[in-house]
Order: sequence, then structure tokens, then C-alpha cells
Amino acid sequence: MPLQWAIVFFAWGGAVVLAAIPNLRHATLANAAVSAGSFLLALALAAQPFAEHGWTRTDAVNLPFILVSAFVGLTTSVFSAATLDQEGFDHWRIRAYHTAYQVFMGAQTLALLADNLGVMWVAVEIATLATVSMVAVHRTPAAFEAAWKFFILCGVGIALALFGTIVLYLAAQPLLHEETGLSWAALMGVAAQCDPGTLNLAFAFLLLGYGTKAGLVPLHSWLPDAHAEGPVPISAVLSGLLLNAAMLAVLRAKSIVGANPEAIAPGPFLLALGLASVLLAALALWRRRDARRFFAWSSIEHMGLAAFAFGLGGPAANLAGLLHMIGHSLVKSAIFFGVGRAAQAKGSQKIADIGGLVATHPALGWGLALAIAAIGGLPPALIFASEFRLLSAAAAEAPWLAVPLALGMITALAALITVLQAMCFGTPTPDAATAPNGWRETAAATPLWLHLAVAAGLGLAMPGALAALLAEAARVIG
Amino acid sequence: MSFGQLPYDVAHLLGGGVLLFSFVLLYQRRIGAVINAFATQGTLLAIAAAWQGYVQGAPGLYVTAVLALAAKGVLIPLALHAIVRRLDLHRTVETALGIGPSLVAGVGLVGLAILVVLPATEGARALAREDLALALSVVLLGMLMMITRRNAISQVIGLLSLENGLILAAIGVAGMPLVVELSTAALVLMVAVVAGVFAFQIRERFDTLDTGSLEEHRGERR
Repeated sequence: MPLQWAIVFFAWGGAVVLAAIPNLRHATLANAAVSAGSFLLALALAAQPFAEHGWTRTDAVNLPFILVSAFVGLTTSVFSAATLDQEGFDHWRIRAYHTAYQVFMGAQTLALLADNLGVMWVAVEIATLATVSMVAVHRTPAAFEAAWKFFILCGVGIALALFGTIVLYLAAQPLLHEETGLSWAALMGVAAQCDPGTLNLAFAFLLLGYGTKAGLVPLHSWLPDAHAEGPVPISAVLSGLLLNAAMLAVLRAKSIVGANPEAIAPGPFLLALGLASVLLAALALWRRRDARRFFAWSSIEHMGLAAFAFGLGGPAANLAGLLHMIGHSLVKSAIFFGVGRAAQAKGSQKIADIGGLVATHPALGWGLALAIAAIGGLPPALIFASEFRLLSAAAAEAPWLAVPLALGMITALAALITVLQAMCFGTPTPDAATAPNGWRETAAATPLWLHLAVAAGLGLAMPGALAALLAEAARVIG
Repeated sequence: MSFGQLPYDVAHLLGGGVLLFSFVLLYQRRIGAVINAFATQGTLLAIAAAWQGYVQGAPGLYVTAVLALAAKGVLIPLALHAIVRRLDLHRTVETALGIGPSLVAGVGLVGLAILVVLPATEGARALAREDLALALSVVLLGMLMMITRRNAISQVIGLLSLENGLILAAIGVAGMPLVVELSTAALVLMVAVVAGVFAFQIRERFDTLDTGSLEEHRGERR
């Protein structure tokens, strides 16, 4: 089996095995082991030359995200192993949770790897089904509402994406063989000769469809609830991975339409959705009381920034967008590790109930403080580099748009700093009744610090190979 | 690959029939009748898929037709009837927008679909583009139904009929690869949505399927 499919089926095979393990400790360790295996396979894939293989492809655009996805999947499974006993699952839910986790990881990887847009659509759909069941797993009214909203809105979203995929094929049909009809590479090859009107129609549906999954305003309303109600590790993978896969699908669509000079320019649509996301999220951040919803809104802001970057287009802005997505994945999942553990320790996820973490839980508190500063765009993390590049690209290409963008970023940063002060340095709030547990504190904080170290390392000294890869990717997406 | 007059007419007739039942879904006032109208739409869709399979010489579409008939013509409607009985739901349709205005909006959406699709797809073959206009109309009417109905079950049926529109689009595009796989995957999603009504036990938890009341369970109520 080629390595591309091996990664996907390794995770799905793991899901089958995990469905049979009722014991919490064994299941969490097995889950971490499967994720570690997937990470090694992803590293092996990175060592191979780029190739198209059947329905899959590896190229400069998706390889960085496959690596990030496998890395976050691994660290999240470690975090999950350290904290899952706090969720109070019975053995059925332990099985369901771990099975859904690996089904999601496999589908997520397939969505990134897919060359065939039909396969990509199926993968996104499987990832949606797996995450819906994970969001609902607590079976509280709030969890059901979050899952139902997620399900219906994303159901409509991916239905529209399928319609877009069908129309895209209709556009390319006179120029392609049946076998290659939905291949991204083949579509890119003939995009310039396709009927521009049909391409426009396809892009509108693909943008709305996958944009819903990427959480772009005004299609975002499922996102905060879905992030706040599931088990803690799910927020990390939803924010860190699923949004990237959806944004990559938008980029694939954008590059096809962008390759046809007569079709409508896709950039302004992404600019508008991106700017709307940044501005609405920057204001919404000030009104949040729930810590996990607060950081979910911050994800909307960051996906908006990435969409804005890709909307500007050109190598510099695209590079900023790609760096931003990678930095956001790493830092936002770190934040959810910190916030999730803090919420477990304090017995509540309201911002008002989480205070003075630095005093009561130093490793967690300092890690969370640095992570929040990093997500706000303070140096040295990768997000500082990407936001700086984005602002300079915006100032050069569209100065009148750079002003509201900068305002949005600053407003969001101020909200983040306020919450940082309250949660990390404010008056300490009492812990929940459960006895403190030293090893759990360490095990939960380790992935957080590891993510911070990687994000800072990439921000300060990005390896030459990765930088070359991203520069190539920024050129490919056009 | 040329189409004679008869294949073209029959494909149009079946596509138009599917669209007609989208309107029927909009004006029903009782849940049971809505479900039956959906079953009829699913059956028409299955016949349309089989006809396209015959016309295009694509045996894979017969699989789509059989699946559509079994799932949308029979099994999903039976499951929906069972949900209404078991969860003892309101048997009347609660509308957010009245029946009359809904129908007017529906006609407007069909006009919109035709105005958008026909000029945009001049490069494509006539059957494919007219089929696409019909399919887009069904998709938009499905969305309209989701917006204008307050019961979760009617919203689910709106989503299901939206998906009928997708399948209508997919079968109308001759030679589309993976059409069977994609339509099956879409069907799995819809079955999961129907199962979700059961699994989330919305009736027991929320006392009403009115999705408006779900808002009270948000984590940030004041």
C-alpha cells in the first residue's frame, strides 16, 4: 500500500482496535500509540519526493499541514491520556470517543492528501460525522445543542460544497477524460480553457460550503458552541486541524478559479469574508464569559486573517497566510490544552471562575500566559512573523484595507490581554474539590510547552527546507 | 453522445417532478403529509437516476437509483414516521413564515436559479444545464424549507430534500466520476442526520422539537 493510504488506513485500523478497548488507561495509551505511529508515517511521507498517486497527491501546499496535523494529533492524544479521566466517561463512551478520534484523524489526513475533489469531499464529510459524535458525547442539553447546530449547519455547508464540486466537473467536462475528471491537478491544467461562467458558479458554492467548515463570518455560528461543549481534547483538534483542512479545500478551489483569467477574481470574496471574520470576532471577544467560547472566537479571527491573506494573493501574502495557519494550529491547540486543564482544575470554564493560575498552577499558568500572548501576535512566536508579513503585504497592496485589518488585530489583542491578566495573573480562585494531582499537572502542561517551543522555534529560526517548501506552496496557490 | 428528443423530455419531466414535490413539501400543514411528500420525491429521484443510467449507458447509476428508492422512498420516511410516533411530536407544521409567502419566495428562488445557471453555463450541453437549473432550484427550496419551518423534523426534511437536489445535479452530468460513491456518501450523511434526531433525543431533552428553545441551553445566557 502506498504511504499516502497507509497513513489514512493506519488511523482507521486503529479506530477499529480502539472500539474494542473498554479500559480507560489501556485505551488512552493505545490511542497515543496509534497517533505516534501516524506521526512517524507522516515523517516518512515527508521524506519521499512529491507524487500524485491515484486519488491522492503530496505537494508543497499540503505537506506542511499533514506534518502539523500528525504532530497535533500526537500531542493531543498525550494530553487526552493525561486528562480524560476527568471527563467521567463510562466504557461505551471511552470506546466511542477514541474510535471517533482516530476516524477523525484518518479522515482529516485524507482531506489534506486528496487530489480528487470528490474524495476530499467524502473525507471532510467523514471528519464532520466523527467530530459531531465527539461534541455530543457528554449528552448534556448544551452538548446536544452544540452538536445539533454543528451537524445541521455543516451538513448544509458540505452539501453546498458537493454541489460546487459537481458544477466544477461540469465546467471541465468537455476538456477531460472521465477518469481524471475530479483531479485537482487535471482541473488546474485545463482551468484556463474552462467556461468561466460555470467556474464562477462552482467557486461560489465551494467557497460557501467549505467556508462554513472553516468558520468564516457569516457562516461561523456553529463554531463557538462546538468548541465549548465537547471533551477538552476535541477543541484542540477542531481548532487546530479541521479548520485547516477546510481552508485548504477553499484554497484548492481558489487556485482553480484563479487560473482562468476570464473567471471572476476569487481574491475579493476571501478578502471580504476574512475582514468580516476579523472585525466581528475582535468585537465578539469582548463579550465572552466562557473561556472555551472566547478562544473559539479567537479561532474565527485567525481563520479570517488567513483568508484575508489568501485573498490578497501573491507570494508574500500567501506565505503569510500559510505561516499563520501553521502558527495558529500549534498555538491554539496549546491554549485549549491550558484552558481545558484549568477548567478541570477549577471546576468551571467561565472566565470569572478561572483566576490567578500562575499562583496556583505555575507550569500551567505561565504556559497559558505565553500561549495567549503568542496567539495575540506578540513575538517571538510564528504568529508574530505571519501577522507582520500580512500587515506589510496589505499596506503595500491594499492600504485602505490594512487600516481596518490592523484595528481588528489590535482590538482582538487587547481583549486577549485582558483575559490573560484575569486568568493567569488575577486573584486566584479556589480549586474544585478534587485533590490536586502532580503528575497530571505535568503531563497536561508538557504538550502545551512543547507546542510553544515549536511555535517559537519556527518563528525565530525556521528550517531552510520548510521555508523553501512554504515559499513553493505560496507560489502554487497563486 | 447525442440525445434524442425522448430521453431529453423524460429527463426533464422527472427533474420537474422532483422540483414540483419540493413545492408540495412547502405547502403541507401536517408532518405526516410532509413525510409522504418527501417519500414521493425520493421515489421520483430514483426513477430519474435509473432513466439517466439507461440514457447515458452508465450502469452505476442503477445502483444510485436502487439506493435512493430503498433509502429515500421507503426507509427514511418509515423512520421519520416512527420518530414522530415514538417521540410524540406535534403533528402540525409550525411555520416561521406563512405558507403563502413561502410559496411566493419559492417561485422567486426558482426564477433566481434559472437566471443564475442558464447564463453562467453557456458552455455546457443543454440537458446538463437545464438539469442543473432544476437541481439548484430543489437545493434552494430545501434551504427555504429549513429556514421557514420551526420544527426540527421539518428542518431535517428540508435538508433531505436539499440533498435530493444534489443527487439530481450529479446524475444529470454525464460521465461524472465517482457519482455512485459521492451519492452514497451524501446518503450516509443524511441517514446520520435522521439518526441524530433519535440519538440526541431532542424531544426528551428539550420537551419540544422547536429549535428556537435550544437557544436557552447555550453556555452564555445572561
